Amino acid sequence: MSKSVLILGALSDVGTALARRFAQSGHSVVVAARQTEAAQNLAADIAIRYGTAAKAVYFDALAYDSHADFWAQLSPQPDIVIAVFGYLGNQEEAARNFAEAQRIIHTNYTGAVSILNIAAQSMEQAKSGCIVGISSVAGERGRQSNYIYGSAKAAFTAYLSGLRNRLAHSGVHVLTVKPGFIATKMTEHLNLPPLLTASPQQVAEDIFRAVQRRRNVIYTLWMWRWIMLIIKLIPEGIFKRLKM
Amino acid sequence: MKTTLANWGNYPPVATTATSFADTETLRHTFETANELIIRGNGRCYGDSSLSDRCVVSSLKFDKIVAFDTQNGILTCQAGVTLADVLDVIVPKGWFLPVTPGTKFITVGGAVASDVHGKNHHVEGSFGQHVLWMDVFTGRGEIVRCSPAEHADLFAATCGGMGLTGAILTVCFRLKKIQTAYIRQRQVKARNLQEIIALFEQYKHATYSMAWIDCLKSGDGFGRSIMMSGEHAAADQLAGVPADKHLQLPPKMKLTVPFHFPEFVLNNLSVRAFNFLYYHKNYRRVMDSTVPYDGFFYPLDAIHHWNRMYGRSGFVQYQFVLPPAASERGLTDILQRIGKKGWGSFLAVLKLFGKQESLISFPMEGYTLALDFPVRKGLFEFLDELDRVVLDYGGRLYLTKDARMKPEVFKAGYPRLQEFLDIVRTYNPEGKFASLQSKRLLAGL
Repeated sequence: MSKSVLILGALSDVGTALARRFAQSGHSVVVAARQTEAAQNLAADIAIRYGTAAKAVYFDALAYDSHADFWAQLSPQPDIVIAVFGYLGNQEEAARNFAEAQRIIHTNYTGAVSILNIAAQSMEQAKSGCIVGISSVAGERGRQSNYIYGSAKAAFTAYLSGLRNRLAHSGVHVLTVKPGFIATKMTEHLNLPPLLTASPQQVAEDIFRAVQRRRNVIYTLWMWRWIMLIIKLIPEGIFKRLKM
Repeated sequence: MKTTLANWGNYPPVATTATSFADTETLRHTFETANELIIRGNGRCYGDSSLSDRCVVSSLKFDKIVAFDTQNGILTCQAGVTLADVLDVIVPKGWFLPVTPGTKFITVGGAVASDVHGKNHHVEGSFGQHVLWMDVFTGRGEIVRCSPAEHADLFAATCGGMGLTGAILTVCFRLKKIQTAYIRQRQVKARNLQEIIALFEQYKHATYSMAWIDCLKSGDGFGRSIMMSGEHAAADQLAGVPADKHLQLPPKMKLTVPFHFPEFVLNNLSVRAFNFLYYHKNYRRVMDSTVPYDGFFYPLDAIHHWNRMYGRSGFVQYQFVLPPAASERGLTDILQRIGKKGWGSFLAVLKLFGKQESLISFPMEGYTLALDFPVRKGLFEFLDELDRVVLDYGGRLYLTKDARMKPEVFKAGYPRLQEFLDIVRTYNPEGKFASLQSKRLLAGL
């Protein structure tokens, strides 16, 4: 059955790959982003390539006050909501300058809570739906290289876990996605190990399948589950001395 | 952070800063922060046209198909869309690319920047001739819409201009109507060079034509070849394919060359053996068949990474065009020199171009030959020798396949070069858009 998918932060590389992957399977897609023209181009692209309904809407994760209206004007209400937006930021800058820290926390956490609270409310009443949150393996254990981003993602992971617990009773599916490295514009300037780095298309494929199978938590690429297990098992006394 | 990049010939490799854009704001940011940059599509040009040791900006994420007028066959898309993606969208709706080169893994932006030609150049011209308009992010940081009527100078200098006017953004071009996804192909064997040239004359009116030449054969069989001509099959010419499948292709297997072949695999003997088999697989002189368009236009696309056959040091492709009057003598001269060296290439493709009035595009009326040469000691000296022969006969070389020609050779081959440079200076005054190739060829001009 074809469903309607809302992608929040659709112009990110993963967002675009997700929009295309769901459309390819016949889902109608609503792409939400701040840059209207680019979002409209993406919607046109999807409609032309896959012959499915696609439209673009304006969405700003940090404009919390607008989120209720944003949700209300969606018609039909989406069956699947995917929160892809995020902001890696600059750890050193964030350690010095609270404005950067705030932007990281608010984009990755507060903004997500604001809009997903509304989606959750609506899906709980309808007793159906699916919420997908793109968190990060960075939220598994704080490391000196990105602990502001990591802590916001840790909070988001905890939020999704609680949401899953609550919505399970009304049949709403909540999926937590923990990507490792992804080759995107967010990481373009980093030197990432190729074997551990997924393409946005691989990540989108994993998410698509996890939605079909109603999985709770997935890692993508899969080996990150084991890498993070090892990292979590390192005793704190040793861990704090590592440069990670 | 520096990455090493090379184009399809794997020569030259260059350490550079690689970045990309999915929207014009990101491109503007890169443009403003880099002191020199060049746009790169899918990296299927052979040499250094889309390389820079400063900043290489990939257009592959700028890949949205923005509009498709299925009534009139007009497609508007961003420069990073590949021809393969375009075909997937248009063929099922009964449309085809107006012009396509021998691989579909190039971007639309690359097709414009190289002003690519196909097997139909003699009747339908080059890609740029089917472009209705395009937006270019110029070296002045402005987005300018150009067409044959509007900012015509920019339009002319961008078609075949190798990205030197700026970044090609959105391109609107005309498609051609087809009834089926199949080609009625005819293969004709020619015993030698005279015969193949006569065949091109005879098949001048065929929509598509090209020939594969065995460049190692000497004596009576010098220049033996197989000509392939083709027409889009009409619906009533497709026996055995149900009507609802006329615009669909049967699924195919894909082969991959898994690693770089060691250098000894491609030697004189193996090329001779390949050419012998290829020539003799056609057991009759004339063979007609109806084939899916993919195999007709893109035989090598079925083998992923075929460039790895040439080993790690890579290869260069050498493609030149000679004016009609000098073609037979010139081709004989060049093929004899190659034969004497014993440096035959797997792939020697001969094709007849029709008339074209171009500012900086490669095609002009006459015969064009494309050859592959693995990079080895003495090759560049030998190619310099061939360059002189090409110029003596009034020909020129294809920038998209070049990695090594000298500035004098380029200058002598393109009579309107100065006019082109004047336009480039207007739109890219500080030379911010520059490639290894442009710096090599335009030094001092």
